[in-house]
Amino acid sequence: MNEAVISVHELTKRFGDFTAVDRISFEVFRGEIFGFLGANGAGKTTAMRMLCGLSRPTSGCGRVAGCDIVRQSEEIKRHIGYMSQRFSLYDDLTVRENIRLFAGIYGLSRRETGTRSDDLLRRLDFASEGNTLVGALPLGWKQKLAFSIATLHRPEVVFLDEPTGGVDPLTRRQFWEMIYEAAAGGTTLFVTTHYMDEAEYCSRVSIMVDGRIRALDTPAHLKQQYATRSIDELFRLLARGAQRSE
Amino acid sequence: MEAIEVKGLSKRFGAVQALDAVTFSVHPGELFGLIGPDGAGKTTLFRLLATLLSPDSGEARVGGCDIVRDYRAIRSRVGYMPGRFSLYGDLTVEENLRFFAALFGVEVEASYDLIAPVYRQIEPFRRRRAAKLSGGMKQKLALSCALIHRPEILFLDEPTTGVDAVSRSEFWEMLDSLRQHGMTILVSTPYMDEASRCDRIALCNEGRVLGIDTPEALVRRFEGRLYAIRADAMFALLAAARRIEGVEACYPFGETHHLVAGADFDMRRLARELGPMPGLHIEPAEATIEDVFIQWMKR
Amino acid sequence: MKSNFTSFVRKETLHILRDRRTMLIVLLIPVVLMVLFGFAISTEVNEVRIAVVAPERTDGVREAVERIVRNDSFAFCGYITEDRIDPMLRTGRVDAVAVFAPDYDRRRLQAASGTPQPPLIQLILDASNVNTAGTAAAWLQGVLLGEASPQTLFETRMLFNPRMKSAFNFVPGIMGLIFILVCAMMTSVSIVREKESGTMEVLLVSPVRPFRIILAKMIPYFAISCIVLILILLLARYLLGVPMSGGVAGIFAMSLLYLVLSLALGLLVSTIARTQVAALLISAMVMLLPILMLSGMIFPIENLPRFFQWVSAVVPARWYIDAMRRMMIQGASMADVWVDGAVLLAMAGLLLGVSFRKFNDKLE
Repeated sequence: MNEAVISVHELTKRFGDFTAVDRISFEVFRGEIFGFLGANGAGKTTAMRMLCGLSRPTSGCGRVAGCDIVRQSEEIKRHIGYMSQRFSLYDDLTVRENIRLFAGIYGLSRRETGTRSDDLLRRLDFASEGNTLVGALPLGWKQKLAFSIATLHRPEVVFLDEPTGGVDPLTRRQFWEMIYEAAAGGTTLFVTTHYMDEAEYCSRVSIMVDGRIRALDTPAHLKQQYATRSIDELFRLLARGAQRSE
Repeated sequence: MEAIEVKGLSKRFGAVQALDAVTFSVHPGELFGLIGPDGAGKTTLFRLLATLLSPDSGEARVGGCDIVRDYRAIRSRVGYMPGRFSLYGDLTVEENLRFFAALFGVEVEASYDLIAPVYRQIEPFRRRRAAKLSGGMKQKLALSCALIHRPEILFLDEPTTGVDAVSRSEFWEMLDSLRQHGMTILVSTPYMDEASRCDRIALCNEGRVLGIDTPEALVRRFEGRLYAIRADAMFALLAAARRIEGVEACYPFGETHHLVAGADFDMRRLARELGPMPGLHIEPAEATIEDVFIQWMKR
Repeated sequence: MKSNFTSFVRKETLHILRDRRTMLIVLLIPVVLMVLFGFAISTEVNEVRIAVVAPERTDGVREAVERIVRNDSFAFCGYITEDRIDPMLRTGRVDAVAVFAPDYDRRRLQAASGTPQPPLIQLILDASNVNTAGTAAAWLQGVLLGEASPQTLFETRMLFNPRMKSAFNFVPGIMGLIFILVCAMMTSVSIVREKESGTMEVLLVSPVRPFRIILAKMIPYFAISCIVLILILLLARYLLGVPMSGGVAGIFAMSLLYLVLSLALGLLVSTIARTQVAALLISAMVMLLPILMLSGMIFPIENLPRFFQWVSAVVPARWYIDAMRRMMIQGASMADVWVDGAVLLAMAGLLLGVSFRKFNDKLE
């Protein structure tokens, strides 16, 4: 269980004289649900881009799913899944067409695509919706589908950028159950969220303030350490001191 | 007279029934929250009340004026802040404010006392283009602009969506201070934890109102017993709890799972049925708005 | 409410001023086009190649040909037979052909002694380069007859471009295009931008009538168009030497009418389009394409298939470009182009009416 799937050391990103991410170091282990919290502008998105191989760090180093984030930034993309609230699926394609498209992008064989998409639709209880346009699905369903598609190629790490924004509380929980299930199966999940109660579902959380990681531990330890009742309270305690915003 | 009165209001867009016979009323000076996820019909309701849309059926009055017949009168009396960023990104903070003042035919100075608690926080950046502001600052500017003509009634459509927890709680503090001025505020949010900031709330889902009350009274309407359960293997616990007969629901809730059961279901029986589990911990829990929402959604 | 109107106009002006790139493009395009055409239109005549058709090579003919050979501006390409005239001109091997009458010598003497004569020499020119052809014809007449001679002795035929359509004709074309670009396209995009950004919602939920908001939006674009108009007219007059004999007042009046019409068109597009991209696409499909193809800017209306001639009647630019051509180049007055004016006026009225009616103060 103690195998690090993500490990970064002194990772830094500067834009001109602005240090968006300031020497952050941490490790995420296999099968963990890692909550990556921070106020708007704390540097979360920039850090996540570097981990996904989309942006080159100014200094520091890191490995994700066994690949170096500087030298193997292309290789990384084959081992990770990514899902965000903003862009996930094509509304004007059907459920099956979306699955086939992303299966194709990740180079799944025709047979794998067939079995995995049947399996996916069955697990989601979506079998009858295979030919429905994604745009016609309720938001919660879309998000669940998007998550399943992001894990279709069995990635070692899945990055989830505010996956549950605007989703109703019941669907939000069903979504988190999918995350639990994926984690139990050995997938590592790296999640950002604005819902502080969701932070409590994580194995460990980190809180970024002004480009640095101010706190990192299990939710229970953090609350104990700072003597707060919830992560929400702790978050506000730490983020209030922030010097910058967005 | 009620500040806002809505009776059987319905609106359909093609195949989607965005709003389905919604009825509620807001007292003068009240901070009233519409709580619900995307697709609950909150934005449609705001647009109807702000006279931007016409209803298919039903009626509504805002400040005593009918939203169909007297829509012009309503427009000068309400302040409206749409869900999206609705300022001119290429104009500076100050230019935006002056423009909206001119739009309503007022002077910025005349309303300064009202907007000061909000505007003072962004005043140091008044020469900055609005597009270059942070999310939280944009919201403050948008609120200042919506307040500039001293409206009797303020409509805020999801002002805190996508804003971090700190800015969100600051925003609610500002709304609290506006209430002191006697303003009626109708605000929507998808975050259930913000419900307690309101005087009264309406829980909305898929175009319908599930229930209306004060946050405290709504929570008391929760039916059944609620337990918070915890174990080392949380996911296994969830599956195990759901298999027990008599358990109505079990779902993740913060660091615990919430388990809903009938009145005859006590802690000892629960522990017995769950069996030995490492780290198992069971305690009775107070229902929250979110528990109520989930319960009502399932009906 | 007057003060808030000016503040709307100020806000709109700020939007335009802060969008430097678009502003630059709008002001630069007409200037670049005009200068480009200015250089492309050459009025100098160099090496006009001439062939001669003469049934009898009499002394008179020889003398005339000798003068051509000696003149640096002309190149003599030899004698040809009558049936070679058309192929030679068509293939571009010669620019002009001079056809001498059979009894040239005798009739020329008679003409010199004062007896009226039918034409003695027929000049056939390739008029596809209008300016060259015109100048060449004039020079040739002088050179062929030596001394100043009565013009009546010549008959001139212009081939390939019989109406001597001038390259100046592009100037009204550019005007018809650029004003639609500035007024219709830019206003529609700027209105739709407010829909897209959500500010339209806030504007509508205010006591101000949408009519005033729209009017305030149009004013700065109207002002820019006026600047562009003055710029084009100045360049046309002093760089290209377009005559503008029809009077500047009439040209201005007609252009202002066209500007109003373009603004109305932009407003109409903005009521249909929901996104800026859609507004641009509609503008391009509904406005630019017809102007390029059906307004007579590039292809003469009379050369279009009958069906498209009918269609072209609803393209406002057709009428505007026609009026401008006649006033700027052919010297027509306001009274001469009243039909164009009336059509434009009717179109502007109709468009304004429809677009104001369609402009909704709700979101539906």
